[in-house]
Amino acid sequence: MRKCSLENINSVFAKIAEKAALYLPVDGDDGKASFTKWAEGKEWSDALNTVRSPKDFFFPQVEDLMRFKTEGKNIEITDIREESEDFVIFGVRGCDVKSFDILDRVFLSAPVDSYYASRREHGIIVSVACTRPSETCFCKSFGIDPAAPAGDVTCRKCEKELFWQANTEKGEALLKSIEEYTEECSSEAVDAVTEKINKIMAKLPLAGLDTKAFGGGKTKEFFDRPEWAELSEACLGCGTCTFVCPTCQCYDIKDFNTGNGVIRYRCWDSCMYSEFTKMAHGNNRLTQKERFRQRFMHKLVYYPENNDGLFSCVGCGRCLSRCPISMNIVKVMKKLGGEN
Amino acid sequence: MNKYDETLIPMIGVITDVRIDTPDIKTFRVVTPDGKKAFDHRPGQCAMLSVPGVGEAMFSITSSPTNEEYMEFSIKKCGCVTDWLHQAEVGQQITIRGPYGNPFPVDDVFAGNNMLFIAGGVGLAPLRSVINYCRHFRDRYGKIDIVYGSRSKEDLLDYQEIIDEWTKDENVNVYLTIDREQEGWGGHVGFVPNYVKELGFDTDKIAVLCGPPIMIKFTLEGLASLGFEKTQVYTTLELRMKCGVGKCGRCNVGSKYVCKDGPVFRFDEIDELPDEY
Repeated sequence: MRKCSLENINSVFAKIAEKAALYLPVDGDDGKASFTKWAEGKEWSDALNTVRSPKDFFFPQVEDLMRFKTEGKNIEITDIREESEDFVIFGVRGCDVKSFDILDRVFLSAPVDSYYASRREHGIIVSVACTRPSETCFCKSFGIDPAAPAGDVTCRKCEKELFWQANTEKGEALLKSIEEYTEECSSEAVDAVTEKINKIMAKLPLAGLDTKAFGGGKTKEFFDRPEWAELSEACLGCGTCTFVCPTCQCYDIKDFNTGNGVIRYRCWDSCMYSEFTKMAHGNNRLTQKERFRQRFMHKLVYYPENNDGLFSCVGCGRCLSRCPISMNIVKVMKKLGGEN
Repeated sequence: MNKYDETLIPMIGVITDVRIDTPDIKTFRVVTPDGKKAFDHRPGQCAMLSVPGVGEAMFSITSSPTNEEYMEFSIKKCGCVTDWLHQAEVGQQITIRGPYGNPFPVDDVFAGNNMLFIAGGVGLAPLRSVINYCRHFRDRYGKIDIVYGSRSKEDLLDYQEIIDEWTKDENVNVYLTIDREQEGWGGHVGFVPNYVKELGFDTDKIAVLCGPPIMIKFTLEGLASLGFEKTQVYTTLELRMKCGVGKCGRCNVGSKYVCKDGPVFRFDEIDELPDEY
């Protein structure tokens, strides 16, 4: 383990940014944090987490896939993706680091999504332990330890110092590159921080949220439950929850005529939208109830069924704070899981 | 450029023949620009066809894998991509990728069995691939019965092939029906489910169904009344798809993705899925 003084942190960032683009949470003019490319003068945000999740780095909201040129009856297809370059994402929280595992199981399972895979290979993740988990946090329910987030490097803030611990070869290489700014240290100070975080977590309002009612093989148990009608009644179908969610990965593929050829691009889509499953001959999810049910059944039953019991939620709490009608996965879990 | 098999980037296909089958269905023959079949497939599998600037959609491959020269797609005019395809001429290039999905188990479960194929309307398109596969390897299968119905005589898909080839095969019985009486039609009149019950098949066979949801529902009831078990009956499902490889997240029924775990399902497997297809 190594440490550096937080006073020096911008020199460390500068050193990292020499070799690869560095992104970290920075407060915007609206006071809200978002992952921003570091440059001299950009300050690492003190916010608990960013409004949008860092899934954009690997699965961008919009990306061009290919270009078509048509001439008469003929078509020419060109792969127009840009070569990925190494980049570092600093300040990723434990919940968001876990979301990458969940996305990996979709995009890196055969057949591998090459667009996602190449960005994943070039990304180095530096996580930072949470020091002030908030009342919307429930990552512990999904087996995530906010005091010991994964990633290539795990950092912990402690008083006026930042402690660095490499977890992977990529992480070792990163720490080596900033060696001149850090010094070897023991883990004692970190242990104290960990204990403090765990105490806060245990007192949070959602600390007791239990997932054991859910999981693979429970489709029949939950699909026709009458509670879906009430839970989904006020849903506006705005899709905000799916956009801020670090694990939502549904996408659309669309064509755009530039006037000089056609670009086929991929963009985020949402199971909350009425067009999502609409076909020429009808729609198998006709009302918001079906769409709403799909989202939560997927996270709590379908995904775990296909992925060794892993839930497709990391308890980051973004949907809790962003939903315009205050509906969220916690309410769904409590209602259907029998705890009111 | 990269080490993975590219899934979303299609290849170019050329339309080499357009056959007008019915007032709203055309069958398109597709090969690569150098005149070859784009890829091998199994009966029941699908391919993504696209018209750049219009869109991409999933279609079942109607030709049999035993045809090594080209692939055929019977396409009903019913949306953006299909409207565009219906005005395409021979020589037009489109894009194609695939094959997608699980095929009918023609070489194991079906082998050695009597087969009953039941189709309604454009539902014959995915079954034609299996029927012609079974006809090609005729000695691997027992008796073949085919019940096919459509709105009118003009709406019967592959009519010429049925009359010129299928009805002339030994040990293959074809039963055609149309919904309403029509001048010049001497055959059976009535809906497919009722016709199946009237014909009263023995249960010593495997049944394969495809057609509009309402036809599937009543035909399944008809087969049950004849004594068929759900484990003997197969169908192929269709839902909206974008990627074709189980990642874009829209064609699932419960935990199964139609593009990857289907489109072929046995009815006892469908019973395990929530009613959302």
